[in-house]
Amino acid sequence: MAALVIAEHDNASIKGATLNTVTAAAQLGEVHVLVAGANAAGAAAAAAQIAGVTKVLHADGASLADGLAENLAAQVLAVAGAYSHLLFPATASGKNVAPRVAAKLDVAQVSDITRVVSADTFERPIYAGNAVATVQSLDAVKVITVRSTGFDAAAATGGSAAVETVAAAADSGKSTFVGREVTKSDRPELTAAKIIVSGGRALGSSEKFDEVLTPLADKLGAALGASRAAVDAGYAPNDWQVGQTGKIVAPQLYVACGISGAIQHLAGMKDSKVIVAINKDPEAPIFQVADYGLEADLFAAVPELVKTL
Amino acid sequence: MKALVPVKRVVDYNVKVRVKSDGTGVDIANVKMSMNPFDEIAVEEAVRLKEKGIVTEIVAVSCGVSPCQETLRTAMAIGADRGILVETDAELQPLAVAKILKALVDKEQPGLVILGKQAIDDDCNQTGQMLAALADLPQATFASKVEVADGRAVVTREVDGGLETVSVALPAVLTTDLRLNEPRYVTLPNIMKAKKKPLETVKPDALGVDVAPRIKTLQVAEPAKRSAGIKVADVATLVAKLKNEAKVI
Repeated sequence: MAALVIAEHDNASIKGATLNTVTAAAQLGEVHVLVAGANAAGAAAAAAQIAGVTKVLHADGASLADGLAENLAAQVLAVAGAYSHLLFPATASGKNVAPRVAAKLDVAQVSDITRVVSADTFERPIYAGNAVATVQSLDAVKVITVRSTGFDAAAATGGSAAVETVAAAADSGKSTFVGREVTKSDRPELTAAKIIVSGGRALGSSEKFDEVLTPLADKLGAALGASRAAVDAGYAPNDWQVGQTGKIVAPQLYVACGISGAIQHLAGMKDSKVIVAINKDPEAPIFQVADYGLEADLFAAVPELVKTL
Repeated sequence: MKALVPVKRVVDYNVKVRVKSDGTGVDIANVKMSMNPFDEIAVEEAVRLKEKGIVTEIVAVSCGVSPCQETLRTAMAIGADRGILVETDAELQPLAVAKILKALVDKEQPGLVILGKQAIDDDCNQTGQMLAALADLPQATFASKVEVADGRAVVTREVDGGLETVSVALPAVLTTDLRLNEPRYVTLPNIMKAKKKPLETVKPDALGVDVAPRIKTLQVAEPAKRSAGIKVADVATLVAKLKNEAKVI
């Protein structure tokens, strides 16, 4: 039987994490993609282009406009019968909907897989990434969320899947969408960035955070991230948070400035290819995972770094 | 309106856990256990709603071995009115817990169920959503702001890229994100008072719930270790290393 990937999209285009999920699904069988939205023909067309996808199911209706969990789960359940695997990207949206689908099917859900061992066996990190569990699902249908940093992205072009229209699920009437406040940013998306410059509590204020880290991020074409301490102190918006409960990232280069390296933060970035730590505390745990550590005051070192680059 | 708040006993978030050498799991013998941090936020939110006069009674629930009583006492010290321990030595997975909670929701008829968004041990992030599905209730996950009025909860949710606001009809299931509130410290008098609050113990069988695990853990291993790095003397060396050795810039 085939695997169904539930696409994350903005009705016009497909979001990056979907491509990584397609790669995971391709290890399980034929890949179909569900695009559920409102006026989402653009996203469905984009999904059909993804290499390795053989069929796109396109459900269009006002009830699906904002990805409400109740309606989206009903939509997935309406088409789920034909599939052995249902895969969601482990994003805020995927995590919101996947368990709801699993419970309705009376199956367990496997969260945040980082590797497919076989059709029913997967690897996933537990305890903030301090252990890796190999788990076997005993259920007939596997409902899975996929950690995007665990899989390469499938090519966004080169495929030519047929788009099939399916009926949209009715509105549950239990919840309504009120509004959305999007953090504006012209930087690369945090989870997809090749380089990330990240700041911690040591920055001291949101002005300093901006003043010190922005030039470095600009110079490197990097995304900006933050530790929980920096977010809680209001130095950075909360969707910049990297860690166990924030974003999980694995860029080519991660520059941690003034971040001590609590295990909850390391859980979000320790799969980065190269980690650079700039911290004036020689005992900071971040130095234990950093490939290159610079023991220095970041207010002097970061501007100097910008100048040298 | 009654609020039901499930709480989980987990390894304290400050503990760096060790994987057992036989690969069967994580060594949690003699390790400090605490209430899951997201659950503390859930209890705090329920208490704040009670202080505003919206919630009239807070019922804390925990599922698992008998020491979970301590976790319930902590919830009662924060402000929960009574506790229910669903006692079992079996390994409980989110689906089983969601089914237990569904049985309790049927019995207690709460207006709100407030859970943490995820437990820091299994990192699943499933139970709240599963409960909402089983009880056929609307859900508002990853809440950073909650306003209850006129039979609805208006909830601001933390999503990728920013914030999203949804309005859900009560009864509903909410799960808390970190920034919903700052849980209060429990005071000694409240710890003493919590000892006198009622705590009921039931078995999953009595609730008619089958808790058999659906996911088998085959092995638990240490994550791949990063090879030790080096400390560089100055910025110039750092840039040189990044350019010539790591070739990342």
